[in-house]
Amino acid sequence: MNELGFAWIDIGILLLKILVVIVVNLVILMIMEWAERRVSAFIQDRLGPNRVGPAGLFQAVADGIKFFFKEEVVPTGADKWLYTFAPLLVLVPALMTFAAIPFGTTLELFGRAEPLQIVDLNIGFLYIFALVSLGVYGVVLGGWASNSKYPFLGGLRASAQMISYELALGMSVIGIVMITGSLRLSTIVEYQNGLLLGFLPRWNVFLQPLAFITFLVAAFAETNRLPFDLAEAEPELVGGYHTEYSSMKFAMFFMGEYIALITTSALLTTLFFGGWDFPWVDEKALGIWGVLLSIAAFALKTGFFLFFFLWVRWTIPRFRFDQLMRIGWKVLIPLALLNIVLTGAGLLFVH
Amino acid sequence: MTTTGKSMDSKNGILNRETDFQEFVYQPQEERLFLNFGPSHPATHGTLRLVLELDGERVVDCVPEIGYLHHGFEKLGEYRTYNQVVTITDRMNYVSPFNNNLAYILSVEKLFGIEVSKRAQYLRVILAELGRIMDHAVCIGTHAMDLGAFTALLYLIRERENIYNLYELLTGTRLTVSYARVGGFARDRGIPADFMPRTLAVCDGLLKTVDEVDRLLSHNSIYLGRTREVGIITPAAAADYGITGPCLRGSGVPFDLRQAAPYSGYEDFDFDIPVGSTGDVWDRYMVRLEEMRQSVGIIRQAIANFPEGELYADSDSKVILPPKDDVYGSIEGLIHQFEIIMLNRGARAPRGEAYIPTEAPNGELGYHVISNEGNGPYRFRVRPPSFYNFQIIPSLLRGRLLSDTVAILSSLNIIAGELDR
Repeated sequence: MNELGFAWIDIGILLLKILVVIVVNLVILMIMEWAERRVSAFIQDRLGPNRVGPAGLFQAVADGIKFFFKEEVVPTGADKWLYTFAPLLVLVPALMTFAAIPFGTTLELFGRAEPLQIVDLNIGFLYIFALVSLGVYGVVLGGWASNSKYPFLGGLRASAQMISYELALGMSVIGIVMITGSLRLSTIVEYQNGLLLGFLPRWNVFLQPLAFITFLVAAFAETNRLPFDLAEAEPELVGGYHTEYSSMKFAMFFMGEYIALITTSALLTTLFFGGWDFPWVDEKALGIWGVLLSIAAFALKTGFFLFFFLWVRWTIPRFRFDQLMRIGWKVLIPLALLNIVLTGAGLLFVH
Repeated sequence: MTTTGKSMDSKNGILNRETDFQEFVYQPQEERLFLNFGPSHPATHGTLRLVLELDGERVVDCVPEIGYLHHGFEKLGEYRTYNQVVTITDRMNYVSPFNNNLAYILSVEKLFGIEVSKRAQYLRVILAELGRIMDHAVCIGTHAMDLGAFTALLYLIRERENIYNLYELLTGTRLTVSYARVGGFARDRGIPADFMPRTLAVCDGLLKTVDEVDRLLSHNSIYLGRTREVGIITPAAAADYGITGPCLRGSGVPFDLRQAAPYSGYEDFDFDIPVGSTGDVWDRYMVRLEEMRQSVGIIRQAIANFPEGELYADSDSKVILPPKDDVYGSIEGLIHQFEIIMLNRGARAPRGEAYIPTEAPNGELGYHVISNEGNGPYRFRVRPPSFYNFQIIPSLLRGRLLSDTVAILSSLNIIAGELDR
């Protein structure tokens, strides 16, 4: 401890954790880009990219190099500053979101207890939602600053869609906060350890099934994935908000979208599927193996949701704008409110 | 006209650009957005253009524009012999080329007064139905893709690939088959032995894919929400606009030229005409899906009852190339060959006109061919289904959302090559 009240080693470990999380996120991003194409190819009876590296795994590297060497075009009449700023506004908050998500149990090494989470914020929940909302601005500004009609329509759609679905997203988790009594994500995960009725893992998905469904649907809309990808709806708006973007600026939109996908999958795991909890096993009693098991459990669950996002995208058609708004306001939000009431009644009954 | 009069009074008869033309220049209301939907747009699948006036997401008005894929096919045909024109017809509806060949060649054969054998008629029916399946497969596939269901497209494209292989086996080409000729077909090597078994195998696989697409889309609630009660064509409107084909049958009118005015031996086949009830996008989709199944039925009947006999018209009719043995083995055969292939010779049709309407995948397709005793058409005029189907678009789009534009456009299946010619 120095006079400021912290040890340099803490900062070192914190920086190390940040580095690891960002690097792992970027690696998963690359795998996701490959997986999206391979999974879609698998679903559609094609081969998909299989030339670069083993089974085409390095396709993302080739794409990255391609993006670097592409000509950067700024459309005439575009607002240069906002046009450049918008992709950053999508990518950076998406990367920052992961900071509050616990990805493993507490690691005890050399007498230090280190939680596998960058920061254990007591308002972890609000932090994540605040950053997710910031991502909307990138899309809206990108659409507006391009000074073009299709991106403009895409940006408008995105703003209406994301703001409506954010409400549903936030409301569906209130039930969990009521059960757990905390906004701290690590507490929420701890709460989900153990068993329900003796055999079922005590995950929130079993306690809050309605909330899970509304959250899942809202998450699709929030990450701009089919069936809710109205902001970029290719057959209608050509490319939506990123029609006019090229080169690395486009790549940043692209990366931001996938990182948001990874974060959302991780969040779904954390909130509804017990985070790093491996059911029927007490990770804390197993020492270092328990830590590895918890990380593996977290990765496996997140991976499943990533696959789920791909699976849905390549299976079902897209909603229309008015249908999207109707589902958001007339179905999801009332259901989320109903869930809050039901949870309250349940808590009253239990206590 | 009042404005012009006013300006005459005011300023020595010189028109004032600012004030006098205001009534003639279309002024959009404020807060309206003009959107160029095409000519190069992912959902047009070809080059056609819609100018949309949008109020937010809602389409207030729409002006369709054609001419971006104009080739001048009809004029080109005036400088070619009857058989050479076949290659032009391929390129009109490039999704189902043989149906175009057939429609043209039927009119020309009527001019010549030739009736091809049953065997040739049945082979033409098989090829035309394969073409219909391809056209419907691509239409449903791109329609699904425009609504976001990309996977259905690739399932159907896989089936089209199989049909392309069949065409390649028989004709040597895949896309522009140019297979029909006056009095028969292009090559004189006959039908490969494995063509019929392979066709039946492709049909079996196709039915599975059609069922798969049926399960994937037809009753998906998102798909129903996008297509039900969207783009409704009433039977009266369809008649007014001259709409034919699946778009007409989707409105509940059981009109199919294959049964109303049979040609090329269609009277021998037994098949149903699927019809819709409300005439919306979903009905048109279901009609196309069901027609693919009916087409498979027709192909199976044709193969089961495939007649024996000659595939080509008699050499004495002087319209079809003689067998190669005759060309190499006899002077008459050689002369006959040259008579046909030389540009200033060729078979000459008697003076007259002919028009035989056929049921192409998108509706009534016919070639009005006029002969002036030349070796090629004096003039020919096409009645393409897409051109008539395209006209109804503004009335379907008004008041709908931008997303409905792609659903409606793709359900009408506008083929730009046929639209502009």
